[in-house]
Formats: sequence, C-alpha cells, structure tokens
Amino acid sequence: MTLLQQIITIGIVIAVTVFTRAIAFWLFPEGKKTPAFIQYLGKALPPAVFGMLVIYCLKDCSLLTGNHALPELLSIGLITILHVWKRNMFLSIASGTVCYMLLTSFVF
Amino acid sequence: MIRKAFKTAFPYTIPILTGFLFLGISYGIYMRALGFSALYPIFMSMLIFAGSMEFVTASMLLSGFNPVGAALLTLMVNARHIFYGITMVSKYKNVGKKKWYLIFGMCDESFSINCSVDVPEGVDKGWFYFWVTVLNQSYWVLGATCGALLGSLLTFDTNGLAFVMTALFVVIFLDSWLKEKKHFSSLLGLGVSVLCLVLFGAEKFLVPAMCVIFLVLSLAKPFLEKEVA
Repeated sequence: MTLLQQIITIGIVIAVTVFTRAIAFWLFPEGKKTPAFIQYLGKALPPAVFGMLVIYCLKDCSLLTGNHALPELLSIGLITILHVWKRNMFLSIASGTVCYMLLTSFVF
Repeated sequence: MIRKAFKTAFPYTIPILTGFLFLGISYGIYMRALGFSALYPIFMSMLIFAGSMEFVTASMLLSGFNPVGAALLTLMVNARHIFYGITMVSKYKNVGKKKWYLIFGMCDESFSINCSVDVPEGVDKGWFYFWVTVLNQSYWVLGATCGALLGSLLTFDTNGLAFVMTALFVVIFLDSWLKEKKHFSSLLGLGVSVLCLVLFGAEKFLVPAMCVIFLVLSLAKPFLEKEVA
C-alpha cells in the first residue's frame, strides 16, 4: 500500500467505528422523544451486553485442549466468590488478576 | 464541579489504567515489530480508539488496498457499539457539547463503567462520564506511545496482566446480576454468546450473537417490560 492508501484505510476504520458508536444518537436525537421500544432496549440490553463482553474476553480460550481454560475459570470463580461476599470492585479485580497471573506463571 | 467529578471518576478507571497501559504498550511494540514507524500506533490509538480493531487494522495495512473490505470488517468487529449507543441514548442527554466526545470515545470499558455506575448524588453526571472517557483514552494512547517509542527497552514480567480486562467485565456483569430481580437478560447474553461462539468460532460469533439477543429481547418485550421499568 502507498501512504495515501494507508491513510484512506485508517480513515475508513475511524469513520465506520464512529458510525457504530454514533448511529443511535443520530436516529434518536435529544430534541425528539425516544421511541418506547428503544427506551425498553436501553434498559433490557445492558445485562445481556455485559454477559456478551465476558464471553468476548474468553473467546480465545479452549476448554478441550491445553490447560482447559482452568486459569480463567478458577480466577473467575475467585472473583465471583469475593464479589458476592465483599462487593468491592477493586478487591475483586485485583485478586482475580493476581490469581490468574500466579496460575499461568507457576501452576499451568 | 469539574474537580469533584474527576475525583469520583478516577478510582473507577484504575483497573483500566492497568489494563490499557499494558495492552497499549503491547500494541505499540507489536506495530513497531511489524515495521511501522512510531507515528502509526500513536495516531491510530488516538483516532481509532477501539483496541481490537487497531490490531486488525495493522494486518489490513500489510495486505492489499481494499476499502470496501476494510469498511465491512470494521462494521463486523465494532457492531457491538451500536448496542452501546442504544443503551446510552438516554444517559448521555443534557451533557452539552461533551456528548460528541463521549460518543467518539465510547469503547467497551468506558461504556461499561458509564452504563453500570450510579453516579453519586451531587456529582455532575456529564463530567463524570467525560472524565471516565478521557482518562481511559489517555491510558490507551499513553500505553501505545510508550510501547512505540520505548518498546525495545521494556522487558518486564507481565504474563497474564491482560486478564485485568476480563476481571473488569466479570465484575461489571456480577454487579448488574446482583442488582437485578430476574436474570433473563444476563443469562440470555451469556448463553447466546457461548452458543454462537461454539457454532461460529471466535472470529465470527459476535454479529450472530447480537442478532439473536436483539431478536429475543424484542420478542420478550411484553414479558420483560415490567421487570426493567
């Protein structure tokens, strides 16, 4: 690719990314009343999206080969127990991450 | 007002500080290793600001010029942002001109924090959202810049540090789970994503998963409406 072609390619990526982020705001501007269906989706979607993001983070793990995603599963188990118990975001995230780092460095 | 919002917002971004610095540095080093000048990761992290897409763009730049393919691939990888937009339409109301930056900077992490945190009484919501977004983007750009400029000097044992991002999303998911009365949407998101991942594979599962989630939630509106009101 020439420099110009590279700039065009990066420009397209920027434009489409902004498009995916902005389209809902263009379709449902502040001045007008947001349709009831979109208001409903705005409330019903987040839990499903959070679940989807968790799976998205784990998409490259394999349950059937290698370490069977055990470091991931054990660390998520620890995060779940700690978070339900203490409800402290930083404690849960830090412990889970350290647990994962220790497991991948020393155990698996 | 602006300061207070900053002080409230900053702690929520600390996990992202860790994750983005690490991933940003990796991205900077990766770009240099592919033979790009340091300007590429610096400007791409600043202007594209969509982590996984920046890695994908790097490999696009190394293959033949294909603008239509680039647009379609970006649309597929980033389609999940359409959901973020639908969710934030009402939250990002009445925040003034900051709104345009909030939309531009709406990455997975900024969306998740701004969508899930109940901004405390007395803290300006618009500025809280703004600081979360600005801080997250600065961590990413700073990481990418450091990786691009100093990559060869950095050797540290950070094996597994990227898991901090997974941990963040797990905690946000749990928080939302613990707050809700019924878990239909949470379970739907997990279940459909796992199913589509098995059926379509890691590279292609997001778009079908989003379509199924959208369809099921639309059909379930009469039953769910009272739950989420």
